[in-house]
Amino acid sequence: MPVSTSSIDIKKSLIDSVMAGLIALIVFGPIVGVVLQGYDFNLQFDRVGWMVLVVMVGRFALSLFLQTSRGAVVLQSFESPAGGVGVLPPDYKSRLRWILPVLVLLAVAFPFFANKYLLTVVILGLIYVLLGLGLNIVVGLAGLLDLGFVGFYAIGAYGLAMGYEYLGLGFWSMLPLSAILAAFAGMLLGFPVLRMHGDYLAIVTLGFGEIIRLILNNWLAVTGGPNGMSAPAPTFFGLEFARRAKDGGTPFHEFFGISYDPNLKFLFTYAVLFLVVLLVLYIKHRLTRMPVGRAWEALREDEIACRAMGLNHVLVKLSAFMLGASTAGIAGVFFATYQGFVNPASFTFFESALILAIVVLGGMGSTIGVVIAAFVLTVAPELLRSFADYRVLLFGILMVVMMIWKPRGLIRINRIGIAPRKGVAP
Amino acid sequence: MDGIFLQQMINGLTLGSVYGLIAIGYTMVYGIIGMINFAHGEVYMVSAYLAAIAIAVLGFFGVHSFPLVILGTLIFTIVVTGVYGFAIERIAYKPLRNSTRLAPLISAIGMSLILQNYVQLSQGARQQGIPTMLEGSLRLHVGEGFVMITYTKLFIIAAAIAGMLALTFIIQRTRLGRMCRATQQDRKMAQILGINTDRVISYVFVIGASMGALAGVLITLNYGTFDFYAGFIIGIKAFTAAVLGGIGSLPGAMLGGLILGVAEAQFSGMVNTDYKDVFSFSLLVLILIFRPQGLLGRPQVTKV
Repeated sequence: MPVSTSSIDIKKSLIDSVMAGLIALIVFGPIVGVVLQGYDFNLQFDRVGWMVLVVMVGRFALSLFLQTSRGAVVLQSFESPAGGVGVLPPDYKSRLRWILPVLVLLAVAFPFFANKYLLTVVILGLIYVLLGLGLNIVVGLAGLLDLGFVGFYAIGAYGLAMGYEYLGLGFWSMLPLSAILAAFAGMLLGFPVLRMHGDYLAIVTLGFGEIIRLILNNWLAVTGGPNGMSAPAPTFFGLEFARRAKDGGTPFHEFFGISYDPNLKFLFTYAVLFLVVLLVLYIKHRLTRMPVGRAWEALREDEIACRAMGLNHVLVKLSAFMLGASTAGIAGVFFATYQGFVNPASFTFFESALILAIVVLGGMGSTIGVVIAAFVLTVAPELLRSFADYRVLLFGILMVVMMIWKPRGLIRINRIGIAPRKGVAP
Repeated sequence: MDGIFLQQMINGLTLGSVYGLIAIGYTMVYGIIGMINFAHGEVYMVSAYLAAIAIAVLGFFGVHSFPLVILGTLIFTIVVTGVYGFAIERIAYKPLRNSTRLAPLISAIGMSLILQNYVQLSQGARQQGIPTMLEGSLRLHVGEGFVMITYTKLFIIAAAIAGMLALTFIIQRTRLGRMCRATQQDRKMAQILGINTDRVISYVFVIGASMGALAGVLITLNYGTFDFYAGFIIGIKAFTAAVLGGIGSLPGAMLGGLILGVAEAQFSGMVNTDYKDVFSFSLLVLILIFRPQGLLGRPQVTKV
């Protein structure tokens, strides 16, 4: 459609602006302007005034901008969804070749100059990287909206705590077991639901996450209820990181003859977590190049075509769902051991929303984007504590704006094309 | 039949009629644009706040007679919540009409977070409440026990039935309802026939939000307390009701709401109150496994 270069209609913009202001007045007026105080209330109309003003000015500016030729171009780019994956020429060499080793070196050097606070923040960031990568497989690659991801995270965390409490299993045995447990839960949940229309999965997983939290909260005899349970710290080949080892064992620092450092536990957790993140990154990198990874993306783009080609859509989706769940289980184990205890308050719907925000911001299916987004969304709130109240609001706005502006994320997924070999008859 | 069973039956019918009202919002939106409006639970939550505000303001001006207060509250809440529904659709869903399948769902989750946090920031995180508006109750002797039906519960059931009748009238008899049904059946064809489908979709959101607002006023009358997080659980339950009755079907939503409300009330009366939410969610999963088209819904047909 050719872009008509008509003159700017200020009257239309003014009408738009007044309409938006009127709606904003009705919407914001009662909730923002009349604050309930018990059965009484007090008026705060100045806040309403500012909000309405901002909406009106914003709408006016937007309306004017969309009438310019540049705005028309922007508007047209919204009309058509951008294509799935960009294809690069076969001999394209990504700049990531240089950036990735530098990042790895930075990560290795990091513990030597970090204090305990920084270390814990980065551990938390890495846990969310793991969660983001897991959900990215489910949402980004396979196109299944999982809103109860926190349920699998909780299974991993409580798996460690309960395995320690009731079975005497430590960090290392529960790390794979929790992953298997979470994957199994994913299979039980996913198998019946994945046969149906995709949207149902969202609400079923939402319910599932809530069920897990409610059970953890109410089953006092087993899970300790709202008080939670303690979780064991990791060990290094049976050596503990505490000042005094339990049951007459030797703690790590005595065995190696170094002085005791309370940071050692976090350093070790960081090291293991970092290796696990690297491993998951590698596995994901390989998977997207294997038939199953291609099948995920193909199913996301067009399910009917895939089924016509003979793909078993339930099994393909289930593999993505279980793989994501097991990653969340692993992240849960790390979370439990990092915190030292677990309680249901850590596994609310807000966590699921946060992980979803990471995937949305990072770009559906983009690995590097998810890693960056996980750090931005978890580390930034630590640094900007004064904005803590507005965090959820910002996440919500972020999700809506990203979906309107760039539904496939900030970083576009690119794939290197395959060149036909020379000398082969076409 | 013993007293507890009957008492829970009454409680369940009250709760269920309200679930049905909220479920209408889910089912209409799903029917017309095929998406789950996750923000609908938050719309109900906003309407609960609006109801409390209206009652407080009316009380301030010395209006205390129940019919006047409830009439004013209902009109105010339904109108403002309807505008909320309109605004939500305009901001979060309309630009995504031609986008990927996941985009509107994620946008809806974002909208729901925005509404929760916006209410929390402007009204505070503490629990809010309204005074008891309608006192007294009917006592019926059953066997050796008795059943208590508060006037509030009777009013809720009556108002819910009135709301559903009004909606049925709008959908079946008016021009707007005919446009809604046409758009639901085939949006492109309706567009060709000169229906402004974008406007119809807006109307559907407004109607859904208004029904949610009615539910919000009624639940607030019954329980008296609410907070900014109230929409989440009720939203999932109302969605369960919509799926139970067959998503896309209006009578189904009402029936599903009643069944879910009664089942939940009986469960909490006979088994355990702590796990009543777990029970409802498990019910949702079971329905989806064994009868995904619901009680009154049509089997899903995948179109290319």
